[in-house]
Amino acid sequence: MMRDAKLWTWHVLAGVVILVFLGLHMAIMHMDAILGIFNPAGGHPVDWGNVVERGKSVFFTVTYVILLGAALFHGLYGLRNILLELNPPDWLGKAIGIVLLLVGLGFFALGAWAAVAAHTLATSL
Amino acid sequence: MLESKGRPNRLGLWGWLGGGRWGYERYLYTLHRLTGLGLLAYFLLHIIVTSSRAISPEAWKAAMDRVTGPLFTVGEYLVFAAFAFHAANGIRLVLIELGWAVGKPIEPVFPYRTSVDVQRPLAIGAMILAAIVMVLGGLDFFVLH
Amino acid sequence: MSETKEVTYRVREFDPNRDAAPHWEEYRIPYAPGMTVLDGLWKVKELHAPGLAWRSSCRMGVCGSCGMLINGKPGLACNTQISELATDVVAVAPLPNFATIRDLVPDLRPMIERHRELMPWIVRDDVGERENPTAEFWQSPEELEHYLQFSYCIKCGCCMAACPTYATDPRYSGPMPLAQAQRYNADSRDGGFAARRELLFSEKGPWRCHYAGECSRVCPKGVDPAKAIQLMKRELVLSYLRLRKTKCPSQLAKKPAGIGRREGIPEAPAPTV
Repeated sequence: MMRDAKLWTWHVLAGVVILVFLGLHMAIMHMDAILGIFNPAGGHPVDWGNVVERGKSVFFTVTYVILLGAALFHGLYGLRNILLELNPPDWLGKAIGIVLLLVGLGFFALGAWAAVAAHTLATSL
Repeated sequence: MLESKGRPNRLGLWGWLGGGRWGYERYLYTLHRLTGLGLLAYFLLHIIVTSSRAISPEAWKAAMDRVTGPLFTVGEYLVFAAFAFHAANGIRLVLIELGWAVGKPIEPVFPYRTSVDVQRPLAIGAMILAAIVMVLGGLDFFVLH
Repeated sequence: MSETKEVTYRVREFDPNRDAAPHWEEYRIPYAPGMTVLDGLWKVKELHAPGLAWRSSCRMGVCGSCGMLINGKPGLACNTQISELATDVVAVAPLPNFATIRDLVPDLRPMIERHRELMPWIVRDDVGERENPTAEFWQSPEELEHYLQFSYCIKCGCCMAACPTYATDPRYSGPMPLAQAQRYNADSRDGGFAARRELLFSEKGPWRCHYAGECSRVCPKGVDPAKAIQLMKRELVLSYLRLRKTKCPSQLAKKPAGIGRREGIPEAPAPTV
């Protein structure tokens, strides 16, 4: 019976985590001309050189995975909230929960693999 | 148990969208949901697109080439703007929903000063913060590159 | 001499015995300054529509019967001056998010039932004292302030009509039951937090509130249910994270021992009732 309170608390905590890490990500990607942080290879933040530099860093690999998990949980829980508030029948409500959980796990697996594999690739270059 | 007699009269989705008679905070709530959905949709595609960096530099370049162009630049800026709003409003919501920015219970004396009035400066501050971030991002997206 | 002013009443009528669907009807009635929306409804009934149905009782904003949608905003008909609407057309409709029994009469039973489920009464272990009270409970003015505002609720249902979540989700408890649960959780005489917690941790809790703040905007008594719900969320989250300080319910204010009558003070006369 604790489910809703537990999920909501983690939703808020995930939001705070995202604020920090996604804020950093946005600063790197979209404020580089103003702030100029973490793009050691110069040029655009999405140039391969910069991608490799971030791939080499353990800090970035780990925080990407944390951000991935937190954002997937936060976003999919929010979507679940919206869908459940539209008052579906009970069986559909449960099905939505399961589908969103599977979607979340699937995307987490893909993103986590990509982060680790990119790290391996970058350190080998 | 929760059924009732009489003709159903729920507002349904109109209750989310309002109709011009509602307060600013209700629109912030609706906008928070819309930006959240937009960010989620972008995020799922983003995971797929950026996973190409784990394959090879050629795969990465191909993925990046596919998402360049004026339409994509504008679209990405909208995502950035949605993030700016959602994050600023999110900070406001954390402060409110954990009971810090709503004020203490008081004896209600007309005209009532409710938690909506107490949090109004915070809401304005959050919107100003979002606007500043949007302008800085806009500079980076459209002017300095 | 000023001419008689008139206002138009647009009333959303629905008689389940005759109508397939609700319909708007218009009536013109004479207007005098100081008339409330409720006064206008009585005029409509007197002059045009004797069968019009609504709930009202105290006509002074304390009973909570006359909640209805007035020009698109939930409010008490007896507490709303026609002049404050700043228009010649007064549109009255039954409170949304409740089933309409007839004309302007909503079915408030789902709200009342959910309210009852959340135990809106003092819960204590000392049942004997509650059944047969012998003394008062200690409570300081500061402790009273923690819940006094929420105790002004008159159960009119305006907050439920304004809530966007309750508009789509009938399973959501809504502002009134949740604010009343918080009124008792915050009462220092109450020891029922643990019992209510079981219910409030589930979907009956405040988790579907996203602070649109409409409930507090429309509340005619200044109860501020939105504030109560956010304070409740904090208590529940702290409780989940095991950070909440539990307090014992207020103690009984027993009379001090060894008190006697001073010399020379006469006894009170015997009771006559």
